[in-house]
Amino acid sequence: MSENKIHHAPEGLPAVQMQGVHKWYGEFHVLKNINLDVARGERIVICGPSGSGKSTMIRCINRLEEHQKGHIVVDGTELTNDVKNIEIIRREVGMVFQHFNLFPHLTVLENCTLAPIWVRKMPRAEAEEIAMHYLEKVRIPDQANKYPGQLSGGQQQRVAIARSLCMSPRIMLFDEPTSALDPEMIKEVLDTMIELAETGMTMLVVTHEMGFAKTVADRVVFMDGGEIIEVNEPHEFFNNPQHERSQLFLSQILQH
Amino acid sequence: MSDASSEKAPAAASFWRDPEKRAWLFQVLVVAVVLALFGYIFQNTLHNLEKRGISTGFAFLNNEAGFGVLMSLIPYDETYTFGRTFLVGLLNTLLVSAIGIVFATLFGFIIGVARLSSNWIISRLAALYIEIFRNLPLLLQILFWYFAILPLLPHPRQSIELGEAVFLNKRGMYLPAPITESGFGWVLAALGVAIVASVFIARWARHRQDTTGQTFPVFWTSLGLIVFLPWLAFGITGFPLSWEYPELRGFNFRGGITVIPELFALALALSIYTAAYIAEIVRSGIQSVSHGQTEAAYALGLKPGQTLRLVIIPQAMRVIIPQLTSQYLNLTKNSSLAPAIGYPDLVALFAGTTLNQTGQAVEIIGITMGVYLTISLSISAFMNWYNKRMALVER
Repeated sequence: MSENKIHHAPEGLPAVQMQGVHKWYGEFHVLKNINLDVARGERIVICGPSGSGKSTMIRCINRLEEHQKGHIVVDGTELTNDVKNIEIIRREVGMVFQHFNLFPHLTVLENCTLAPIWVRKMPRAEAEEIAMHYLEKVRIPDQANKYPGQLSGGQQQRVAIARSLCMSPRIMLFDEPTSALDPEMIKEVLDTMIELAETGMTMLVVTHEMGFAKTVADRVVFMDGGEIIEVNEPHEFFNNPQHERSQLFLSQILQH
Repeated sequence: MSDASSEKAPAAASFWRDPEKRAWLFQVLVVAVVLALFGYIFQNTLHNLEKRGISTGFAFLNNEAGFGVLMSLIPYDETYTFGRTFLVGLLNTLLVSAIGIVFATLFGFIIGVARLSSNWIISRLAALYIEIFRNLPLLLQILFWYFAILPLLPHPRQSIELGEAVFLNKRGMYLPAPITESGFGWVLAALGVAIVASVFIARWARHRQDTTGQTFPVFWTSLGLIVFLPWLAFGITGFPLSWEYPELRGFNFRGGITVIPELFALALALSIYTAAYIAEIVRSGIQSVSHGQTEAAYALGLKPGQTLRLVIIPQAMRVIIPQLTSQYLNLTKNSSLAPAIGYPDLVALFAGTTLNQTGQAVEIIGITMGVYLTISLSISAFMNWYNKRMALVER
């Protein structure tokens, strides 16, 4: 039973702690000395030019990427090479991808129940009940028996969010969730994410949607060249950026 | 009726400018021309056969063959009929195809997975294998194994041995033959019970998981049952099976099962050649599942084994199975290269020797083509059915 014991950190501790994290792809230094603490229930938006290491950073949190130096502690468990720790962390951390990555051979409902059944060892009926609950939350319960290929991009991304939530994660990672969507579908996904934020979920969101950052984020993290350049409250960040590179970035994306 | 429709429908086009009517006309014309052509060929053939005094029909199948065969799975000697030689050839074709399919699949999956290995040497070796055997003509490969490699094997007296049971030499491969005694039926019955029990356990485990969420090690339990139960029956009935081992008598081996060098070389060449294609199919199947699928499964907390079983393999098999089936089809058709080294398959024995002896070319080639067509079309019918069942639903 020890493996099912819930390893929650004491309430005071941060949900995610990154201390002096470095990562290299061969010679290329992708992440340089990343230090970031995310408090429980905090909503962080990570922005920056492409290739700045934003995605790599959040992918390190659930070990889709391995860091080579420094410490990452997620919900009280340190990420090491220990497979057990990785399993514990992945169970508590949900992730939404740019390209949805739904399982095309399974129905929407089966996509949502797969992990609860096989990872949480949940009875099917219970898993389906939870899945329907979250599909209702993202407003597509009527699509439950369709296959991902039959849905629009926005619907697929909402299913992907519901699929992650079915594992009752304590932390949610979003890796450019709206970048692969048509403009008219971006809103429905952002609305779903705003509703999720209102429930008090800890969220780390890599996005170019500055409107979302302004309304939802507690803090904005600006990255460039593999470094965290600036961490600031959204109002301050957008109106009074401290760093030259943040100013340049904002002037480029806010021109239009 | 004509009044009512003429009021609603626009004025009908003239016959020549109505595509639907034109299509009909052309189809009728094509069918007429094809029929006329076939009729002409048929008449012409009959006429020519008659002129040369060759009787037509399938009566020759009941005539005595009068020639021996190198290898037969069913009782056969010179006194049997041509119909029997057809059957001998067909069975030999099916045998070499079946052996080839089993080993090609086995080698192919191993090499295909090795090709994707992160170990540089293993993946390079697999690539080398694939590039060499895919790019050499199959006939050449058959000749290579039969004429270049088999003669290098030792004489019977210096045979390569495997535990004094399997012998390999220039004259072929010799395996021990199982001889069942009374009571062996119980062992088979136990095996049957174990298989049925496994099916029920799988269903029960699925039901239990649906209701309680607990998983059950279905694979290992079934494997245990399927291995253990027959052995138990085997022991209780007093081991009612003995082996007839091949023995060296005089210049060659007697007893056991003999695999003639022709069969050995042909099966080997077909397996190795087709395995190279199957390896590429397996590789492409696995690679066709995008890495995002693995990442999504990992992010949900699925373990690597579960990810492979629940996410990757079900998607990869959709790509692999249809192509695999067509490789089986190719292998079966390629087995007709057997006459090159004298393996008595359907083509060598029936479309070769029997045709020479009887001169019934039209009938014999017709039957042989019919056999290959039947095999091929059955496989492709299965393939279509499978595709329809497994295709991903989109839009």
